[in-house]
Amino acid sequence: MSTARKLTMAAAISEAIGQAIERDPDVFVMGEDIGKYGGIFGATGGLFAKYGRDRIMDTPISETAFIGAAIGAAAEGMRPIVELMFVDFFGVCMDMIYNHLAKNTYMSGGNVRLPVVLMTAIGGGYNDAAQHSQCLYSTFAHMPGLKVVVPSNAYDAKGLMNQAIRDDNPVIYMFHKGIMGLPWMAYFEGSTTEVPEDNYTIPFGQAKVVRAGSDVTIVTLSQMVHKSLLAAQKLAQSGIDAEVLDLRTLVPLDRAAVLQSVRKTGRLLVADEDYLSFGMSAEISALVAENLDSVRLKAPVKRLAVPDVPIPYSRPLEQFVIPQVDAIVRACSDLIKAGKPEAVVA
Amino acid sequence: MSASQEHMLWMYEKMIEIRLYEETMAKVYLEGKLPPAIQKGLAFDIGSGPVPGEMHLAAGQEPVAVGVCAHLRTEDTVVGAHRPHHFAIAKGVPLKAMTAEMFGKETGLGHGKGGHMHLFDPAHKFSCSGIVGASMPPACGAALAAKKRGKDWVAVAFFGEGAANQGAFHESLNLASLWHLPVVFVCEDNKYAISVEKTDSTSVSSDADRAAAYGMPGVRVGRNDALSVYEAAAAAVDRARRGQGPSLIEVKTDRYLGHFQGDAEAYRPKGEVEELRKHDPIPHLGEHLRKLGLLDDAMDQALRSRVESRVAEAYDYARTSPYPKPEDALHHVFH
Ligand SMILES: Cc1ncc(C[n+]2csc(CCOP(=O)(O)OP(=O)(O)O)c2C)c(N)n1
Repeated sequence: MSTARKLTMAAAISEAIGQAIERDPDVFVMGEDIGKYGGIFGATGGLFAKYGRDRIMDTPISETAFIGAAIGAAAEGMRPIVELMFVDFFGVCMDMIYNHLAKNTYMSGGNVRLPVVLMTAIGGGYNDAAQHSQCLYSTFAHMPGLKVVVPSNAYDAKGLMNQAIRDDNPVIYMFHKGIMGLPWMAYFEGSTTEVPEDNYTIPFGQAKVVRAGSDVTIVTLSQMVHKSLLAAQKLAQSGIDAEVLDLRTLVPLDRAAVLQSVRKTGRLLVADEDYLSFGMSAEISALVAENLDSVRLKAPVKRLAVPDVPIPYSRPLEQFVIPQVDAIVRACSDLIKAGKPEAVVA
Repeated sequence: MSASQEHMLWMYEKMIEIRLYEETMAKVYLEGKLPPAIQKGLAFDIGSGPVPGEMHLAAGQEPVAVGVCAHLRTEDTVVGAHRPHHFAIAKGVPLKAMTAEMFGKETGLGHGKGGHMHLFDPAHKFSCSGIVGASMPPACGAALAAKKRGKDWVAVAFFGEGAANQGAFHESLNLASLWHLPVVFVCEDNKYAISVEKTDSTSVSSDADRAAAYGMPGVRVGRNDALSVYEAAAAAVDRARRGQGPSLIEVKTDRYLGHFQGDAEAYRPKGEVEELRKHDPIPHLGEHLRKLGLLDDAMDQALRSRVESRVAEAYDYARTSPYPKPEDALHHVFH
């Protein structure tokens, strides 16, 4: 019996990458401050000292060049893992991502493989304002040609990273800063978990029921999973039994799991830290709407997301726009009331 | 051109103000972020305290700000980067509203929406951005507007040596040169881009050399001292004002603190900062002024107490100002 080890999400990601480097000479890592610093969010912690600058390459602040270089190297059969610190910075190199990384396989009629893992930090909650707090996973999921992975805990983070590195397609791997287990950022205890030492993988497109319930389904991912679990605890005290579904990957999306859960509970809340309009919450809602022949809803679908404003700096403003535990509780309670005609709204 | 007595005294006072402002911020920033004020398991909580979020301070880099801004008028544009306070102060951005912004208060420059990396003061033509390399294209635009309107206004883009590796740097230099724009590009070479040393990010030892590729003058100021920056900037600003086009100045400067507050700086050789601090540009200029007979103890004291009360007032104002209402988050997406 092995003694259980708990790892932070950052350590779990870095372990997966280290194991891949040892296994496969074609794997290497590039990015800003991923060397001596070990990644601003710790995703490459300890790797530089172990594997040196040939495998762990600090880059200049030249995103178009080094993300483009990942495309070129991958086309030659290498397996680059690239970090671009914050997803907010993708704008400067978006052409390489959405016109090349996401499209070359298709335009080549399937003849070009691009096994690139592009990892980046997402999320707010610590007052870093509009250029450092976005999630944007829906933006990337919207464009065909990129797989989008958004883990919520260390166990999943390692298994999904292993899967991402093995995948022959471009994978955007997004970790929320607020669950990495950093000593300088408040995080959710539940994101630091037991992580096996072996090289297990978690297949893409398999959502996970992290809390089973019968009254309402909360579909979510990333840090919002932990907020939803806290909300579910509170709801339980008032007799509401919430099911929490962690999507884990947006592309591919586990549509069957969403429908199965909503069929069971008859109520859906999508809890999302990305922008409201045209995003994940719309996609999940549309999915349910398209299947109303087999899903019986007891109340209209509800969505909680950032209300189409950039993330503000000031704390009271930021707390207001990013969905919090209480808002999830309120939304679920409203869903239950909405389903009961006798309910009177004060 | 060497500096007038008035300009030298202004630079000295502004450098003291910037330093005191940054040192005060370094202290205030730690409030509520360290044990025992924070939850168990955390060494430092970036999201707590009166000034949350990231904080990039510029102690040691004051000469660049004052040496350049000494030549600027209110109508001239300054675009900075993620480390913006020294330029903002030197450009005349009001200290109170700027500090209130960092406290996330209603009375802040952006009503608490922007925070430390995103200071906008159209009245003093100052702005900055958290995106590395983003100061240069908008500076070209401000210069283009001045040129189209026949004004002798100048636009200055400040950025770090790390940002000089961005596509935006090269595209902006090319555009400014092609259109003969009144822009001054000012590169602060503090040796590091977060943890990455300049020698690990470019094989060109001086970014000033890159100016030649775009047909504009490039100067490297090898000393972190206000008078040397002043002289280089005098030529560049004058050139721009007279319609002779853009230029690039690179200044060797020193970052005394971490990249951001809370940065453990494990990448930095031990003792490096102590060594750099021995060449502090502020006492250096003070001594020069004394030698010239422009400064004595009484004047120095008077100047320092002026600065102290300005800075103290700004922090008091920020602390005592009200927060915006949560629902205000929904305003200002559009004008
Ligand atoms: C486009 C973009 N890439 C990366 C970053 C992350 N980042 C913020 S500051 C910084 C280093 C900047 O170095 P430099 O330009 O030399 O300025 P300094 O911090 O030394 O003042 C980096 C990589 C960013 N903000 N924007």
